[in-house]
Amino acid sequence: MTTAKRHSNPFVGDGAGHTSPLKAAINYLLVCLLVIALFWVSLAMLGYTFDFSFVSQYRMRIAQGFLLTIEISAASLVASLALGTLVAAGRGSRILPLRYLCDLYVKLIRGTPLIMQIYLFFYIIGTAWGITDRVVAGILILSTFEAAYIAEIIRGSLLSIDETQRDAARAVGLTHAQTVRLVILPQMVARTLPALTGQFASIIKDSSLLSIIAVIEITQTMREISASNFKLFECYFLLGVLYLALTLPVAAIGRHFERRFDYAH
Amino acid sequence: MRIELADLCKKFDGTSVLKGLDFDDDVTTLAIIGPSGGGKSTLLRILGGLTAPTSGTVRVDGETVSYDEATLPAYRAKLGFVFQQGGLFQHLSAVENIAMPLREVHGVEASAAEQTARELLDRFGLAEDAEKRPAQLSGGQQQRVAIARAVAGRPRLLLLDEPTSALDPAYTNDVLDMIDDLREDGMRFVIVTHEMGFARNACEKCAFLSQGRLLEYGESSKLFAHPSTPELRAFLDKLLEWR
Repeated sequence: MTTAKRHSNPFVGDGAGHTSPLKAAINYLLVCLLVIALFWVSLAMLGYTFDFSFVSQYRMRIAQGFLLTIEISAASLVASLALGTLVAAGRGSRILPLRYLCDLYVKLIRGTPLIMQIYLFFYIIGTAWGITDRVVAGILILSTFEAAYIAEIIRGSLLSIDETQRDAARAVGLTHAQTVRLVILPQMVARTLPALTGQFASIIKDSSLLSIIAVIEITQTMREISASNFKLFECYFLLGVLYLALTLPVAAIGRHFERRFDYAH
Repeated sequence: MRIELADLCKKFDGTSVLKGLDFDDDVTTLAIIGPSGGGKSTLLRILGGLTAPTSGTVRVDGETVSYDEATLPAYRAKLGFVFQQGGLFQHLSAVENIAMPLREVHGVEASAAEQTARELLDRFGLAEDAEKRPAQLSGGQQQRVAIARAVAGRPRLLLLDEPTSALDPAYTNDVLDMIDDLREDGMRFVIVTHEMGFARNACEKCAFLSQGRLLEYGESSKLFAHPSTPELRAFLDKLLEWR
């Protein structure tokens, strides 16, 4: 019954699941080669040749910037998960001011660009409250931003849990605490993990915007290097490769979760 | 098992769903029939401790049911409840759906709980589906696992809320056969159902609920042969219209 439902979904290609691995690999390689060729031809038309000889010279700075990007992203993930969970709970609260506060927070954060929030929070709130450490400020701002999205993910999955599941838990005699621990939380984890992994990839990419307040993460590092050696194309190309080195594995983890928790949908 | 209802009322947002039910009898197998919206499911949920009545009392074997969240889990644990559909825990396999409540609610040791669960699945022809999650089972299989779960804790009464209404006719018989099987083993139950053949032949007593009132109650054979209220006569005539 469910299988039939899954296959009738026009957005889930029937073909993708049945392609042989070899055929898939060859075709994927072909597509990659095409993309590389497009870049190659474009560069040739500009009469430009890539020169990555500067990389070894700056390898320490690049490594430090890369590491800081990972640190900021990891710290922001933890902080935004905590804040997002609180906000999601707050949006269901019976205390109206708290509920409206959480609602307003999500609306404001999701309705404005991150770059505006970074400037405003850093120069007004950060300065007024004496948060001078740029990395700490960056993590706080990024977490505040991502938490609004995470709150929506958590709230959505909480609402999507069928009322009958709670009824069934009560009917078998589980207490409220047992229901949360044995039924609600496991189902929520199954529903949120794939989406949360996607959000983590967003955090990694969004952390690049912290370069505008001179947090020396990988984007700012590459900006600084390109400003001194004028290797703009090479620097940004390498920057893209470095972000992909983080986001592609994260996406693979997300797909793993999706397969593992398939029953939730 | 003796069930006593005294002036039982239930309102949802000002709408009366149950309008003062009185009942006092020893229940072995009871079918609750009646038109949709008549209050059948609400009555069953009140009996199961899932919904609190607005007023009136429920007494089971002489003890008044206190609709207080602190004592209700223990009351519910002594009953088995089967929902119309979707009552299995979606994240657990069939065997875990049965074993988890045994461990967590009835304090059965893990290996014994799993053994009981597998024996039940085996008995009802579901052994091959033990490791499947609800989404991988047919509607009929899901309901049979749900019934197996409901009886696993050796409940004093089984409550079934339209267990076959969401099923194809072929699956309906599988589920009804299973309930009848349990009846032969001495399981007492109350079933809300639209399966009149089952209500008439497999249930000792039958209650006809219409517009929030208990209009008729008695032995199933008599109730179906000689309906005394115009409401029940109209209800049965309508059902037989396409037979």
